[in-house]
Amino acid sequence: MSLLLLSIVLSLSMGAARLPLTEAWGILWHRLPIVGDWVHADWPVSSEQIILKVRLPRILLAILIGACLSLAGAGFQGVLRNPLADPYTLGVASGSAVGAAFIILFGFQTFLLGMWTIPIVAFATGIISLLVVLRLARIHGKFQLETLILSGVVVQAFLGSMVSFMVSLSDQVVNEIVFWLMGSLSIRGWPFTLMLIPYLVVGLAVLLSYGRTLNILALGERQAEHLGVHVARTRLIVLIVSTLMTAAAVSVAGTIGFVGLVIPHLVRLMVGPDYRILLPITAIFGGIYLLWADTLARMLLSPTEIPLGVVTAFLGAPFFAFLLRQNKRMKGA
Amino acid sequence: MLVVHDLCKSYQETKVLDRIGFSVDDGDFFGVLGPNGSGKSTLLKLISGVEKADSGQLLLNGTPVENYSRKQLSRSMAVLQQEALPVVNFTVQEVVEMGRYPYQNWMGEEKGNQGQLVDSILHKLDLNRLRDRSLQELSGGERQRVALGKVMAQQPRWLLLDEPTTYLDIGYQIQMMDIIKAWQKEEKLTVIAVLHDLNLASLYCNRMVLMQDGNGIRVGAPKDIMQSELIQRVYGTKPIIVEHPVHLLPQIMLQQGGSFVE
Repeated sequence: MSLLLLSIVLSLSMGAARLPLTEAWGILWHRLPIVGDWVHADWPVSSEQIILKVRLPRILLAILIGACLSLAGAGFQGVLRNPLADPYTLGVASGSAVGAAFIILFGFQTFLLGMWTIPIVAFATGIISLLVVLRLARIHGKFQLETLILSGVVVQAFLGSMVSFMVSLSDQVVNEIVFWLMGSLSIRGWPFTLMLIPYLVVGLAVLLSYGRTLNILALGERQAEHLGVHVARTRLIVLIVSTLMTAAAVSVAGTIGFVGLVIPHLVRLMVGPDYRILLPITAIFGGIYLLWADTLARMLLSPTEIPLGVVTAFLGAPFFAFLLRQNKRMKGA
Repeated sequence: MLVVHDLCKSYQETKVLDRIGFSVDDGDFFGVLGPNGSGKSTLLKLISGVEKADSGQLLLNGTPVENYSRKQLSRSMAVLQQEALPVVNFTVQEVVEMGRYPYQNWMGEEKGNQGQLVDSILHKLDLNRLRDRSLQELSGGERQRVALGKVMAQQPRWLLLDEPTTYLDIGYQIQMMDIIKAWQKEEKLTVIAVLHDLNLASLYCNRMVLMQDGNGIRVGAPKDIMQSELIQRVYGTKPIIVEHPVHLLPQIMLQQGGSFVE
């Protein structure tokens, strides 16, 4: 938790306009009630503007999206009993991107459902693509690890081309393609950040209430059934909640890959397999991870920004390869 | 008491259970025998409520099994499976404690102190020194013992065994069956055991049903089932039946070319 706070303050001071660490601290403290009066405001107004209007919302957004995506990853992995599952490899992220891109590019943002339109449509297309992937991967009622990932890749390629196609129909081509296919947190203000909070809170609460059940599911579906777990119902609810969190994150930030894969695994190595502990820690570390990835994305070639998805894939894909190999070895033994 | 009456079950076009019927009394160690594909495992799935029958009745103490909720059923009935537990990173103690799941509320809490129960199970199964080890470090035989510990923590009245000794060597097989038998006597459990090994079944079961093509073709004590002609009719190989010198129970001996003896 304190690592999270430290990360926030450190990355607040980093950016195209470099601000000293003390200033970033000061501005934050100044905003707090009571304590704020003790801090003397001796910084230029522009600094405060940059911190509060540009960097802070972006930082919080990164944390929220990181938390959503890694929780969703942990949920998918738990319920599908597949260590390689995550919103990206399962094609859920791409599915949500298609829905969101469609709505935004054709200007239906507030059509019918107001500000909830994009997340809801993204959720619908996300869950449809998840169902397609699961259908493709199902052989005699069982999911083979590799088949599931393969189906995810196929569906993802198809959906990716649909997004590209839609984007090429519109005017502001290049930027938007990059945005949807590779993910980005730029030009998103407070409204988007605040919109994500309910999804994260509800998602975390629901998943946590299934923590014990997910532990038992790790022993196998029949074992769980004999212990009185409603396996089908659990699977349905966890898949829906994970997809919903993915859809919310994607509709704000595009497809950011591998976060949901890397984080739950790292956390598992640190705190063990118990989902009751794993889930909250995963949310926190997911937030920290994406915050640093985004900070890298905007710092590395500053003032040019690298798409966030590029950074996470650069870090995540080798990790994926490592997990795949490790899994093979475990099976061989 | 469990009453199985006229039970039928088909998968697509194949009839797996065809009007099978028998009953199991409280306190029985009841064996379910039969060749591959005779419907033993399907029967167990129906009794444990994982799948539903197409027709017929399955009464547990007079109440149809499908009327029990999953949680109720798992408090009175536990299943020990053929496959060892998967290689997960939970510790032995954690897995045994999972057996308490049907008794816990959504917070994972339970009335009373269950630590003692888990301790005594770990002690009984000689798992005490392994209690903090991860399942990843255990051998197949040890993992099957942990699975038995989890089933014990469930404190069932009914225990279903689905060929639990298949992947164990003879030492572990007898150890496993002895522990189960002792537990059965102590708690007056009713055991229904699908077993592949006729000799093992004869040693431990007091009654058994012999199945063929989804039918129970004979129900009775080991001496009624372990008969040369009957075994030959069902399994297609003619064995020699001898009496166990110590336990005085029938045992079969296979013979070369037994499949061609008329």
